[in-house]
Amino acid sequence: MDAMAAIKQTFFQECEEQLAELEAGLLAIQDGGHDAETVNAVFRAVHSIKGGAGAFSLDDLVHFAHVFETALDHVRAGKLAPSHEVLNTMLRAADALADLVRAARDGGAVDAQRCEALANALRALDPEAASDDQGAGDDDGLDEAAFQPVPIDESMFDDPPMQAEPRLNLFTIRFKPKAALYAKANETAVLIRELARLGETTIVCDASGLPLLSELDPEGAYLAWIIELLTTQDEAAVREVFEFVEWDCDLDIEGDAASAAPDAVDVAVLIEKMQAAVEAELSALTPPQAPQAGLADVGVDADQAVIDLAKARQQKMTQGAGEPTTQKSEQAAAGGLPQATIRVDLDRVDRLINLVGELVINQAMLAQRVLEAGLARASGVATGLDELEQLTREIQDSVMAIRAQPVKSVFQRMPRLVREVGAMTGKLARLVTEGENTEVDKTVIERLADPLTHMIRNAIDHGLEKPETRAAAGKPEEGLVHLSAAHRSGRIVIEVSDDGAGIDRARVKMLAASKGLIPADASLSDDEIDNLIFLPGFSTASTVSDISGRGVGMDVVRRSIQALGGRISIASRPGQGSTFTMSLPLTLAVLDGMVVTVAGQTLVVPLTAIVETLQPKIADVHGFGGGTRVIAIRDQFTPLIDVGRELAYRAENADALSCVALLVEAEGGVRSALLVDAILGQRQVVIKSLEANYRHVPGIAAATILGDGRVALILDVDAVVASSRMDAAFEQLLATAG
Amino acid sequence: MTEITRTDLASARELIAFRIGAQEFCVDIMSVREIRGWTPATALPQSPGFVRGVVNLRGAVLPIIDLAARLGFAPAEPTARHVIIVAQIDNRVVGLLVDAVSDILTVTDDLVQATPDVASEMAKTFVRGVLAIERRMISLIALDHVLPAPERDAA
Amino acid sequence: MNKTVLTVDDSRTMRDMLMLALSDAGYRVVQAEDGVHGLEVLSGETPDVIVTDINMPRMDGFGFIEGVRSDDRHRTVPILVLTTESDAEKKDRARRAGATGWIVKPFDPVKLVAAIRRVAA
Repeated sequence: MDAMAAIKQTFFQECEEQLAELEAGLLAIQDGGHDAETVNAVFRAVHSIKGGAGAFSLDDLVHFAHVFETALDHVRAGKLAPSHEVLNTMLRAADALADLVRAARDGGAVDAQRCEALANALRALDPEAASDDQGAGDDDGLDEAAFQPVPIDESMFDDPPMQAEPRLNLFTIRFKPKAALYAKANETAVLIRELARLGETTIVCDASGLPLLSELDPEGAYLAWIIELLTTQDEAAVREVFEFVEWDCDLDIEGDAASAAPDAVDVAVLIEKMQAAVEAELSALTPPQAPQAGLADVGVDADQAVIDLAKARQQKMTQGAGEPTTQKSEQAAAGGLPQATIRVDLDRVDRLINLVGELVINQAMLAQRVLEAGLARASGVATGLDELEQLTREIQDSVMAIRAQPVKSVFQRMPRLVREVGAMTGKLARLVTEGENTEVDKTVIERLADPLTHMIRNAIDHGLEKPETRAAAGKPEEGLVHLSAAHRSGRIVIEVSDDGAGIDRARVKMLAASKGLIPADASLSDDEIDNLIFLPGFSTASTVSDISGRGVGMDVVRRSIQALGGRISIASRPGQGSTFTMSLPLTLAVLDGMVVTVAGQTLVVPLTAIVETLQPKIADVHGFGGGTRVIAIRDQFTPLIDVGRELAYRAENADALSCVALLVEAEGGVRSALLVDAILGQRQVVIKSLEANYRHVPGIAAATILGDGRVALILDVDAVVASSRMDAAFEQLLATAG
Repeated sequence: MTEITRTDLASARELIAFRIGAQEFCVDIMSVREIRGWTPATALPQSPGFVRGVVNLRGAVLPIIDLAARLGFAPAEPTARHVIIVAQIDNRVVGLLVDAVSDILTVTDDLVQATPDVASEMAKTFVRGVLAIERRMISLIALDHVLPAPERDAA
Repeated sequence: MNKTVLTVDDSRTMRDMLMLALSDAGYRVVQAEDGVHGLEVLSGETPDVIVTDINMPRMDGFGFIEGVRSDDRHRTVPILVLTTESDAEKKDRARRAGATGWIVKPFDPVKLVAAIRRVAA
């Protein structure tokens, strides 16, 4: 059953796609897009799920999908107007359907009561339901029965056969096809062949209706057949053979049970009896008018008694117009080719990306060796290498693009989240998304879902006010949550903003002080207060404690974003709302970096963090107590961080004047100056994980392999800045305690 | 290749023996991926003393553990004559810095003696038995604890 | 020589199941995703039987059947429709559009093959 297991997996994958289409379609209709195609697409989505579910006997799912489909059919047929309320019911039904699908897939349980309530709500939408309200339960039963494939079996009404041994039945079948039967591509020969599989047959063709050949329409129906069938099957089985052609022929089946047990029947005698009966019938018919010659032309074989009309029709067509059917191909062209896509195993893509990464490293190493070998820049080798570098970058960009996906897949889970959180907190909230087609590497996307979910929950739970409060403040009762994604200077920027009350700074400060996170009398800027929510241990209690998660606070969100190599910051205006801005690298695999030396070690600093580089001058560098220093940059005093000391490569401060300072911007927009020995250059590097074979190293984000084959560490700018601050505060504490 | 008389081929296993200072040790060959010469490693800030740094192993970043230091001896002064045993520990690949590889042994379980009961941290943590081969004592060590524990996430 | 069946259905799951049931029964299977695609495939194939769904995007089953029947080359190809109900009205509409027969979903592979046998020469 392995193949079926694979198909079942495909089914659940397809269900997810259908569910996404369903929600998107319902939302579009709610927003005013009533066009027929959207309605059809929505219907088809549920229809498809139902069909597949039936094949795998997922009864609960089938039951619900059927009720849903019926309601959608009413909309499709124009019998039910898609009002805002109707659509709300349907959106909730879509959520329930999604739950049923996932329960079927993962083996979980669903809230049966909720589903039944929604099913009833859907049934209540039936425009004809008004007349039989009471019969809701009965109708239900009928509904399902109506769609279950119950073939009507006439033998159902017969007495069940009493004998243990199969009875032999003798059927006389008179079959006269009408032209329509052939028009639908049914073939008498095929039907008779199938009949013959049920038992012994004697077939006689009545060609009495045949006209002269000159008058013969190959698409006409002139023949009739009389078939005697000796079979152990019952009449229902016989009728089934003719199931498709019932309306397009004259069909008469007379059954006559053969007597006694099979072995007692003398089959030869029976067949003789059959033939006699047939001949009697034949002689009762009008003898054929057509001359023998005519019959022979059409290929009548008296013994065979079956005329191959199919051949005759073919002949007519090949004789007839041989015009090429350009019409059909035009039709096909007008339909347009669907965009060609192929499905690829993610493993293969990952392997490809790793290989390309190796290619980049090797190309860099080669370039280095060439340089060391002293080949002049103008020589053919150097130009060749430049071209190689160009090509390698292009390959890398193309390969990265393979794994790039629109954030849509993450964004589309949010509308449902907003509905649920809104319901649970008693707030009215609407989600507006922008930039869902912004593309990001698959590895980043997968890890975006959790942080985004928490941020949106927070926005509704903490950010938005209750409808009454909003109304009192002159705001619309329905709060707005805005989710957007865009590319900005080589990174992807995602914003979650709300038009709620903004951060209550007094409360935040008080809470932080009460938890000992800040000294009680600390004086902090508005910005600094806002950033307090990112401190671990901060999470404020929410109105409904289980939705914002057990103790999941913004610090966890920040850490997730940082683990992705990103930054998060907040901007808030009291009474107007808050905006969280996340900036993430486009891909986790490569980085544009500045290669520097620090205490004899080679490090790489991510270019995106660097604002500018400068040469410290004696007048600008000032001591600040406890070995810390600041540097004046355009009259702004900025902390000067000695990277060599920070990473414990050396114990003493470096001589700032012989070093280079990198002005960097960490998350939150805070600026610091990193002191390094020298800048070696800029290059794009492939990121190699340290955690894979070792573990996280403080202050270090990852590693890379330089052109000379040696490992260089990539600096975690935010971590270094943060730790330098802690040190400074600690040292200050020591100084004051001293 | 030194072969010990084996009573039952099926229960025999192969061990790689190596030297650190004056002592000999061995590990199960199943965990060894390759043997390489020493190349200078890139230092890792704020790491335990026995972690010498990382090197490039065909595109992967390989941490180098100074096994002498790890086992409690004086840290090694690596030269081109030193050897790195590339070993797999769980799903990590690491390099073990040793003086030299001395032998490949095929032994059966009955030849492994219990670890002598001495007051040695190293013995307790790493040694799983000793072998007597041609009047040499070779300590069988287990690699599970060679790597430093994962860093607890500081708030 | 194996008979060829063209299956037309917008559901990947259904296509996979049809492929499984039909190839197990010894048929060669060619597939399409909707009516438009089906007609495109027909420009290069001459199947012995066509099995098609009704509800599909771009061109539904009825449109597809009419398209097939209006092409001389495929006028006599038997077409079976997949329907989720033994709804007389749907069957009637399919027949009027030119369908040869029908198979009820979820389909029993045995019944599917029996239905094909009844129409395929």
